[in-house]
Amino acid sequence: MSVDVFVPADFTARALGADEVAAVAAAAPGVEVRRNGSRGLYWLEPLVEVATEAGRIGFGPLDAAAARSLFANGLPDAGHPDCLGLVEELPWLKAQSRLTMARVGVIEPLSIAQYKAHGGFEGLEQARALTAPAIVETVTEAGLRGRGGAAFPTGIKWRTVLEAQGEPKYIVCNADEGDSGTFADRMIMESDPFCLIEGMLIAGLAVGADRGYIYCRAEYPLAIDTLAEAIRLAAGAGYLDGFHLEVRKGAGAYICGEETSLLESLEGKRGVIRYRPPLPAVKGLFGRPTVVNNVITLASVPAILAQGADHYRNFGVGRSSGTLTVQLAGNVRRGGLFEVPFGKPLRWVVEDLGGGTASGRSIKAVQAGGPLGAYVPPQHFDTPLDYESFQAIDAMIGHGGLVVFDETADMGAMARYAFEFCAEESCGKCTPCRIGAVRGVEVVDRIRRGEAAADNRVLLKDLCHTMIDGSLCGLGGMAPLPVLSVMTHFADEL
Amino acid sequence: MPDMNLYYRVGAERDLGTPAAIGGAAAAATVNVEIDGRPIGVPEGTSVMRAAALVGASVPKLCATEDLAAFGSCRLCVVAIEGRKGYPASCTTLVEEGMVVHTQTPRLAELRRNVMELYISDHPLDCLTCAANGDCELQDMAGAVGLRTVRYGYDGAHHLDKPKDDSALYFSFDPAKCIVCSRCVRACEEQQGTYALTISGRGFDSEVIASQNDAFIDSECVSCGACVKACPTATLIEKSVIEHGQPESAVITTCAYCGVGCSFRAETQGGQLVRMVPNRDGHANHGHACVKGRFAFGYATHRDRITTPLVRDSIDDEWRAVGWDEAIRTAAERLQGIQARYGRKSIGGVTSSRCTNEEVYVVQKFIRAAAGNNNVDTCARVCHSPTGYGLKTTLGESAGTQNFDSVLQSDVIVVIGANPTEAHPVFASVMKRRLRQGAGLIVVDPRAIDLVQSPHVRADHHLQLKPGTNVAVINALAHVVIDEGLEDEAYIRTRCDMEAYRIWRAFISEARNSPEATEAATGVPATQVRAAARLYARAGNGAIYYGLGVTEHSQGSTMVMGIANLAMATGNLGRPGVGVNPLRGQNNVQGACDMGSFPHELTGYRHLSDEATRKLFEAEWRVALDPEPGYRIPNMFDAAIDGEFKGLYVQGEDFAQSDPDTQHVYAALSAMECVIVQDLFLNETAKFAHVFLPGCSFLEKDGTFTNAERRISPVRKVIAPLSGMDEWEITCRLATAMGYEMRYSHPSEIMDEIARLTPTFRGVSYAKLAELGSIQWPCRDEASAGTPLMHVDQFVRGKGYFAPTPYVPTDERANARYPLLLTTGRVLSQYNVGAQTRRTGAVAYHREDQLEIHPADAQLRGIVDGSWVGLKSRAGETVLRARVTDRVQPGVLYTTFHHPESGANVITTDNSDWATNCPEYKVTAVQAYPVSKPSEWQEMFRRFTATQQQLSEQALSEAQPSFAPAKLQRAEARRDRQVAQA
Repeated sequence: MSVDVFVPADFTARALGADEVAAVAAAAPGVEVRRNGSRGLYWLEPLVEVATEAGRIGFGPLDAAAARSLFANGLPDAGHPDCLGLVEELPWLKAQSRLTMARVGVIEPLSIAQYKAHGGFEGLEQARALTAPAIVETVTEAGLRGRGGAAFPTGIKWRTVLEAQGEPKYIVCNADEGDSGTFADRMIMESDPFCLIEGMLIAGLAVGADRGYIYCRAEYPLAIDTLAEAIRLAAGAGYLDGFHLEVRKGAGAYICGEETSLLESLEGKRGVIRYRPPLPAVKGLFGRPTVVNNVITLASVPAILAQGADHYRNFGVGRSSGTLTVQLAGNVRRGGLFEVPFGKPLRWVVEDLGGGTASGRSIKAVQAGGPLGAYVPPQHFDTPLDYESFQAIDAMIGHGGLVVFDETADMGAMARYAFEFCAEESCGKCTPCRIGAVRGVEVVDRIRRGEAAADNRVLLKDLCHTMIDGSLCGLGGMAPLPVLSVMTHFADEL
Repeated sequence: MPDMNLYYRVGAERDLGTPAAIGGAAAAATVNVEIDGRPIGVPEGTSVMRAAALVGASVPKLCATEDLAAFGSCRLCVVAIEGRKGYPASCTTLVEEGMVVHTQTPRLAELRRNVMELYISDHPLDCLTCAANGDCELQDMAGAVGLRTVRYGYDGAHHLDKPKDDSALYFSFDPAKCIVCSRCVRACEEQQGTYALTISGRGFDSEVIASQNDAFIDSECVSCGACVKACPTATLIEKSVIEHGQPESAVITTCAYCGVGCSFRAETQGGQLVRMVPNRDGHANHGHACVKGRFAFGYATHRDRITTPLVRDSIDDEWRAVGWDEAIRTAAERLQGIQARYGRKSIGGVTSSRCTNEEVYVVQKFIRAAAGNNNVDTCARVCHSPTGYGLKTTLGESAGTQNFDSVLQSDVIVVIGANPTEAHPVFASVMKRRLRQGAGLIVVDPRAIDLVQSPHVRADHHLQLKPGTNVAVINALAHVVIDEGLEDEAYIRTRCDMEAYRIWRAFISEARNSPEATEAATGVPATQVRAAARLYARAGNGAIYYGLGVTEHSQGSTMVMGIANLAMATGNLGRPGVGVNPLRGQNNVQGACDMGSFPHELTGYRHLSDEATRKLFEAEWRVALDPEPGYRIPNMFDAAIDGEFKGLYVQGEDFAQSDPDTQHVYAALSAMECVIVQDLFLNETAKFAHVFLPGCSFLEKDGTFTNAERRISPVRKVIAPLSGMDEWEITCRLATAMGYEMRYSHPSEIMDEIARLTPTFRGVSYAKLAELGSIQWPCRDEASAGTPLMHVDQFVRGKGYFAPTPYVPTDERANARYPLLLTTGRVLSQYNVGAQTRRTGAVAYHREDQLEIHPADAQLRGIVDGSWVGLKSRAGETVLRARVTDRVQPGVLYTTFHHPESGANVITTDNSDWATNCPEYKVTAVQAYPVSKPSEWQEMFRRFTATQQQLSEQALSEAQPSFAPAKLQRAEARRDRQVAQA
């Protein structure tokens, strides 16, 4: 009788040595190694979990040497110095509300049996019993909003596609997760791929689409392989009857995470922005009505269908229903993924869950919502993490990435970097972004060199507003936000 | 008569920024909006930008143009809309009921100025010396938004050091001036469909490149000029504008190359043509053009142009330059002398499909009324005469059934024996647009033409038949329709002659017409024929387009009828998106035929034997007409060799190069006593001439052309005739000198006479053409605006007639002696016999005619790519350079005939269509073999050419003034050098 020992096969855990640890565990007598996903507590990875009658007890972080000592005398027990106790009881997990990520790190990603044992495909079953408008209604009532960053109400988008004329209709999953410091999409794809597939199947039923594409960035090879295998297994089990689903690989362009560029790329063209309207919901992939949703959005759907709209809406505050998968990164003590209800203060996430900076110095700023998000200064740390509250302080939640900077950060350099990033990633279609981003770097440099600083500050502000008001898409339209936040909160560092 | 020239001068083209709403004004509901306080109702689907332009509030713009779909990249056209956040681009925002738009607010002004500031921070400041100065949208917009300073300075990152690409013959590409609006790229895609241009790189590194960052001349670019027209700056600009500066005046006229009949703005500067720009309001071309019409007009002022009349007694004599009076008198006296000696019928004339309707009309009138016989024929004899016969017999009218735009509603397109991307490029672009939208495509051609596979276009079926088996294929397609019950019974019952249908149905159902039975002869697998027939018959809207690959066969007329039968059987006639459409080779083939050029027909295809028609003409012309049809061109040649036909008046045609069996033509021409050639150049036929009357290029003419869609379009004088004499006037003077007075003060009077005499031209007048732009005949009364679609409720002949079309193999069959089949065609850059295009830069694209041969046939004969190949038929022998390619199938050879020294027609034989004598150019049994020197004929040709040149030298050097302005001559010399280098 062997004992299940879980060693994560998530990309980050593997980068931290999980494969070596797994090899050590596998060599130990009486051990059945299971490769689960990661719980997202990355500072504890590789985190080995040993199944016991009381539950899974954790050991970590381990390297190969530590693992060898762990298994040196047979199975380790709770008395071992690396023992973390029952994983489910870890405060950083207990503090979370895992709805979308409920199975992530728990099950073996490619086991349909385990997926089902943990509530998988229950949402799909519910959906199959409903009419298409009723599914849309459920998602609308749950208050789910797009987790890719734009926070558009998912139910309204789906209703538009449902009511749009044109065949076929498509479900496109945006898995081009390009924001620095974000990894929630990757975790779903690597650790619970059937959840995404189930979400897309439900979306297909909801809008009458029978084809789906997952557009995944090329930098996620493990996610791509895992999804491909999961699709094969799901098809073999009959889940994909009547629905064609495939994974398409991006080619390294950040701009292809913008939905219209993504569609262009998916059609085999150069990834440039399409103007809107028409919305992709009306004229999307190959000119047909298309749902384009982020991975987390789609992966949130099965739980909503399985447990009901009310259950989901009970989490969160105001118009920000449900949970946010916060990804903590940068200069932070406990980096990782935390699924929390909307409305928790930023400070609680950064300081209580994250434990402050890794360097131990005080926090100077948190960049929220990716490279196009504002730098939030400490005076705003009590702002609740919800869409409306963040908007009120000229910041954004975006895809839920929070990057922490300590007091040594050069905020002027960060402002410059915002333009640099925009210049690097601009598709080049619209003028404010194509030329503006390059000029932005130049103007910041001039200000920092002290050349006609007052005039150039006026020019910089003008440029920011020209890009905000004039750009075709969110890249040019939001790249000035971090710059303006630096000009507002850290003016003397520019 | 008002000064027509002055009347037709037009101002700058209006650009409303975005195309009209799809479906047109008629189809869409009206949406009411308010723009800057002004209310306007526009069709649903109209952009805010277009609505604003219509109401007179022009919004600044750079990436938008009416010729292309909205793009939304420049961000200058932002507006404020009440109740909406932000500043939407007016080009991509569609009007909505009750919308209130502001195009000018302080914030919009600031935003636009700031965007323009970014543009100018990466743009050269050389406006005063820039070629686009005065015609630059960037310059205009900088002015419009009031840009005064560029606060970024000019020492930042920029593209000003990028090198210029001058490799394209007619235009220059200067990336330093590019604003990356993508208009060129979009024009190449949307308008032309070639996809030669793209944006490479991203962000600030975005740049326009041709193909894989090649020089333009080495890229896939076909020099249609769409990108040049689309470019808002000097980045892509005509070299002629760089050379001369901006044109100051424009005249709307019609291109004189192919049967598409594109409308152009001929833009001039001080009476000199600077550039030809396709007319956005052109009904055949909607602002698009091809390399020939757009750029290849240099021949009009080429040093080879003859501008003074010439005479001589024998073709061995030197030419003598004379005045017009002497030339006309000499010609008239000689023709009259011949008639006195050999009889009334010993002379004749040939009209040209290159000339205007009015010029053609007066030539046939001259023959019938002044020469007193009906020996008049036209060069359509050798191209589309079977179309006239076949469509008249089955449908009742000798013309294509649709307008070009109809193809945009086709579901399946069938292209038979035509190569539109080379020969009718502007229509091909429209067709390709429809194919990209998803229409099916069936290509019936012995050769893999570009349409079979090109960017974003792929034929569903390529029926690669053996040359000469068209009728077997069309019968097999029709057989499948009947065999599989795909016919449109209701349509046939209501629209067609049922007795004829029953007979045809029995015939076509015979097993010999099944695809399985014809497979051996045609080489097309039966399964493919069946699949193609199903695709066409079930299409919804199936449209057939065909070219000379259909007509130029011994069964050309049979094939045309077979096509009409297939269309009738499937109900594919009489509405948009369907039809039977001949793609006419020359600009005015349709018109030349309409004008009564055939020996048996008066205008409007009315037979001479019809007394009422004859009486009508006799009353108008005040002369008795011979009721007997006259000679066709081949009959003229045969009669000449027999000594019965001695005098010929040739209007703008070059038999000695264009007609089959060259040596036979040479013999016929040599046998005549007076050959009068009226042309721009001393062409091949003129080498056999006794009188040369210098003609006018289309730029020197007032008149009309009628294109392949029966569209009568105005041709207008851009410059005065270099010879000092209008062509119609030459003919009139000749008639008058022969004792029959023909006088008109302006070509509009000739058209008035045509309209009086021709039911299908009733009400056509220059005033109406000026008002409407163009008119598609039939125009049956004064109120009619023309007829885009024919046979709508019933066929012109009443009931559609199914003519039985038994397949009879041609005599030109591969045999032991001549085991290969030669077929001929054209290339994009050259036009027909090349008289014009060989005198332009086109030579750089196509220096010589080459022989395409399949690798298997080449290997068997020891022929390698680029080597000399002897080609021998029962008619003659010539030598061409080999191009080994699998575009042709084994057993088939292909060449073009743009250069006289190629001698393609030395090879072609006297075989011709049974009904119309249209030569069988498309099939000649030949043998091919490696050689090391030109053929005997070619040696003779070179000697003869040299002699004839010598005989004209003195007359020309003395009499001919240098008419080309010095600047043009310099440009020409430079181009010649460039060509030589290329």
